[in-house]
Formats: sequence, C-alpha cells, structure tokens
Amino acid sequence: MSWAQVFFYVFAVLSVILALMVVTRRKAIHSAIFLILTFICFAATYVIMNAELLAAIQVLVYAGGVVGLIIFVIMLVKAEEDEVKQSHGQGIIALFIGLLLAVEVAFIVLGSLCASSTGALAQKMASAGGNTEALGVVLYTKYLFPFEVASVLLLAAMIGAITLAKYKLER
Amino acid sequence: MVPLSHVIIFSLVVFVIGMVGALMRRNVFIVLMSIELMLNAVNIALIGISSALGDVVGQILAIFIITVAAGEAAVGLAIVVAIYRNRFTVNVDSINLLKW
Repeated sequence: MSWAQVFFYVFAVLSVILALMVVTRRKAIHSAIFLILTFICFAATYVIMNAELLAAIQVLVYAGGVVGLIIFVIMLVKAEEDEVKQSHGQGIIALFIGLLLAVEVAFIVLGSLCASSTGALAQKMASAGGNTEALGVVLYTKYLFPFEVASVLLLAAMIGAITLAKYKLER
Repeated sequence: MVPLSHVIIFSLVVFVIGMVGALMRRNVFIVLMSIELMLNAVNIALIGISSALGDVVGQILAIFIITVAAGEAAVGLAIVVAIYRNRFTVNVDSINLLKW
C-alpha cells in the first residue's frame, strides 16, 4: 500500500466523520464550520486523485465562497432550531431510504468495477503539461459552449439572488 | 493507486449522509449544507472515474457542477433571507404555505 493510498483512506474517513458532524450538530453555525473542514478534506482527496486544479477550486469556491456566504446568512437571521420536536417519524423514514440507497448502489459498485484503479491520468497529465493546462485546453475548445452557458447561468443566479434578497424601500 | 470501487463507496457514503441530513433536519441552513454535501459526493465520484479512465472530461463536468452549486447556494440563501423577512422562521416545518 503506497503512501498516497494511506492518505486517501485517512482523508476519506476523516471527511465522512466530519460530514456526520455537519448533519448532526444542533446549531447551524457549528455545522457550517464542520462543512469547511469537510470540504478541505475533500480537496485533499482530489489531490491524491490527480485533480490539483479542482482541489484549488474546491478550497477557493466552496470552503471560501459558498460556506462563507452560508455563515453570513446564518449570522443575519436568527437561526436556532426549534426545541419542540414535532416528529412525524421523518428521521426513521430518512434513515431507511438512505440505507436502501446505500445497499443498492454498493451492490452494483462491488459487483461491476472491482478491477480498475485510479492513477491512469497521471502520466497523461505530465505529457500534457500539467492538470491545469490539460483541463484548460479541453474546456476552452471542445466545451466552450457549455462554459458560456455556465457563465450566463451564474449571471442569472446573481441577478435572481439580488432581486430576492433586496430590501424593499416602499414597505 | 486507490481502487476505483473504494472511491465510489466513499462518494456513496458521503451522498447518503447528505441525503439523510436533507430529509431529517428541519433547519433550512442544514438542509442547504446537506445538498452541498450531495453535490460534492457526485464530484468525488466524477474525479475518481476521470482519474481511473485517464480522461479529463470528468473533471470538466465537476467544474460545471461546482458552478451550478455556487448559483444554487446564492439563490437558496436569498430565498431563505426573503422568507425570514416575511415569516421570521428558518424551520422548514413552518414554511408550509404552498403545501396542500
């Protein structure tokens, strides 16, 4: 077992534990802090899987941007969960559906792709001049139109967010 | 290197945690964070398969998923702010105006 593999398992187990902390904490702000740590562990696993650019994007966009936004909004509104537990058996149903999905997909995965392993990308990346360059060449030639559509989507999301969250002066 | 099935299992575990969190929590922020966890689980699977097949297209797809997730977080949080301004709650059980 190589060092990369050892580190992958360490970060995978760590991020699963941190993800469990995200969904079980009572206060939303604690969940947000654990979410930052989860995303940083995800970035570490991306590096091990030869996706250095995506690891950087993960830290910048998710751990820095999205969770920063979530923390700002949590601090803007009064975000404690109601102490009154009006249970509809929701948790049990959720756990049951999750278990069903896990068993089903694990069955398919373990039955079909035991042989292949990651790392085939590493040599190809080295010949193409690094991960960022290889990704950029494909993104700006073959996937140029989806790239432009994504920029229009971000513009629409930005305008929508401003319109929804704007304080209405006439009220 | 890491076997692909282990990467997929890791992604599956994170996805299931996110799904259970989104279904059983009532705080709208934790529901949104669980959705982010699910999107990230898909990214892990895509990057693992991309690395195993030696093809960068999986990583391109992961970049587009990150774009959509950023837009979704911005619009979702704006909706939360708008709801809080009108109803003074972030509990998803209390947001039931459109429920028949």
